[in-house]
Amino acid sequence: MAEVFYSHAVRDALREEMQRDESVFILGEDIIHGGAFGITKGMAEEFGTDRIRNTPVAEEVIVGSAIGAALLGSRPIVEIMFMDFCFLALDQLLNHGAKYRYMYGDSVTVPMVLRTPAGARRGYGPTHSQSLDTIFMSIPGVKVAVPSNAYDAKGLLKTAIRDNNPVVFIENKTLYGRRGEVPDEAYTVPFGEARVVREGEDCTVVATGQLVEDALKSAQVLSNEGIDIEVVDPRTLNPLDMDTICESVSKTAHLVVAEEGHLTGGVGAEIGMRVVEECFYDLDGPVRRVAAKDVPVPCSEPLEQYVIPGAADIIRAVQEAMVED
Amino acid sequence: MTTTIDTTTALKLYQDMVLIREFEEALDRLFASGVIRGTAHFCVGQEATAVGVSGALEEGDYVISYHRGHGHFLAQGGDPRRIMAELYGKQTGYSGGRGGSQHVSCLDVGFLGSNGITGGGMPIGTGAALALKMQGKEGVVVVFFGDGAANQGAFHESINLAAVWKLPVLFVCENNLYSMFTHISETTAVEDISRRADAYDIAGEQVNGNDVQEVLACAERAILRARAGEGPTLIECKTYRQLGHSKSDKRAYRTREEEAEWENRDPIASFRNLILSESIATEEELAEKEQEVEQLIEESIKYAEESPLPSPDDLETSVFAD
Repeated sequence: MAEVFYSHAVRDALREEMQRDESVFILGEDIIHGGAFGITKGMAEEFGTDRIRNTPVAEEVIVGSAIGAALLGSRPIVEIMFMDFCFLALDQLLNHGAKYRYMYGDSVTVPMVLRTPAGARRGYGPTHSQSLDTIFMSIPGVKVAVPSNAYDAKGLLKTAIRDNNPVVFIENKTLYGRRGEVPDEAYTVPFGEARVVREGEDCTVVATGQLVEDALKSAQVLSNEGIDIEVVDPRTLNPLDMDTICESVSKTAHLVVAEEGHLTGGVGAEIGMRVVEECFYDLDGPVRRVAAKDVPVPCSEPLEQYVIPGAADIIRAVQEAMVED
Repeated sequence: MTTTIDTTTALKLYQDMVLIREFEEALDRLFASGVIRGTAHFCVGQEATAVGVSGALEEGDYVISYHRGHGHFLAQGGDPRRIMAELYGKQTGYSGGRGGSQHVSCLDVGFLGSNGITGGGMPIGTGAALALKMQGKEGVVVVFFGDGAANQGAFHESINLAAVWKLPVLFVCENNLYSMFTHISETTAVEDISRRADAYDIAGEQVNGNDVQEVLACAERAILRARAGEGPTLIECKTYRQLGHSKSDKRAYRTREEEAEWENRDPIASFRNLILSESIATEEELAEKEQEVEQLIEESIKYAEESPLPSPDDLETSVFAD
């Protein structure tokens, strides 16, 4: 077991899968130079520029050509430099990749991964800081993974690369620099299995990405107030492990959902509503959401901090969720 | 254009064009009588582009189409019975009733699919060619699109990437002068799409898209370049959509005189005349092919009518592959 950076865990998964399977290749902007976040650094030297394939700045054809290559038996991995740029290519994913298997029949598969970093807290401003996980979560035919730590990043990415469907793999810019324990031996993390990161009795906090770390921070403060929260990380948004979430809610009877995306129509709205539909009578209090405010993510630090949620917002939301009549 | 063409090839090209024409005209009647629901985009008048290009392809080559795609699928050897069944919304259709007119595919005949997003197939065809190249295969990919798609960003991104990576692609623009109801002169700064090849430093050719032999010869040249590793070609086929954009179009935006002029240049009639005037085949041989097509169309309609409707039972379990 070694302490590994999240970013290196991503790279290790890419390298190991490329060593294992010759049909895997990567395409994206600047990736022979490591890309904007250095994830693919050194990989062109190891695998050559045929398999570490530098592209023009042309997101639509990057994603579309991956879909086409996947149709004919390759297993492409796309790197889109910032999640914000995925929307230049959304037609290809939404109208083509996501639908081919369904429309064209069982013999057609689109085994591709779209990796992209999301998240704010770095002062990049409105078009380089968004967390739009909810958009991908709402597309039938696309799986969505949201690793919150190095172990899951590596294990989920391996599963994504071996999956026979389009997978959107959402990395987190802030988490790239975090270290976490990763075993030396090979492993994968299955899709659709949430992880109970911290057990607790009083309130379930379902958190994704960066907000998992914030939830753990808030747990310490809340425990001083005598509130013992349970933190659940879904790890994948599609498939979504509602069983683990509902099991936790049936124990704690309270729910907060925390994400870095915008409040309206967000991941929290979906998970919260599903809890209401599936286990409403287990709840003893109102469901609360923690999310970015419904404004574009600003650049300047105090403004960004105002818009992007953190541990303080989770603490407040838990207190509100636990309010007695 | 007169070239020596053998009887077998000529009859095959002729029959394939007649099949597309008869298929489309049958569909037009079936829509009009309310038998088929939904929409369809007919390629009557454009048969020579599909048949000419497919005539130059070999096994291991692929075609990706767009919304006006019945002809491309039939020219590649798609089974008219199953295409008809798809239009009827039946279980036996290529997409089991999920796709309809513009969302069908069959990799076994080298047809990567039609789709309803203008220009949407261009990046995908480019990627299919990338896979063939990376896998060391000889195949080429034909990307069909219309003059309307030539103004999408996907056109630029795809051709540029294929040019940079020297991918084996034939970008075949079927310029039928109208993007839906709007004439090309109102939407496109150049009259000839093929001129844009210069911007990508690739070969560009312009052909009479109503001359099946000319299309075939042009495709053969482009395929030779593609297989030799010289990269993509942009081919512009000048043609005309004799029917409207889709089944409900009354064609108020163009004159009947213009239509008559293009009907005089009908690809099937002119090829038929050529076959007879050059004594490539006899009237009887042509009539025999026409009868075969007629029978196949009847069979297709019967097959579609008799096929069962699909059940929604497996819809939710077939969104994802295992």
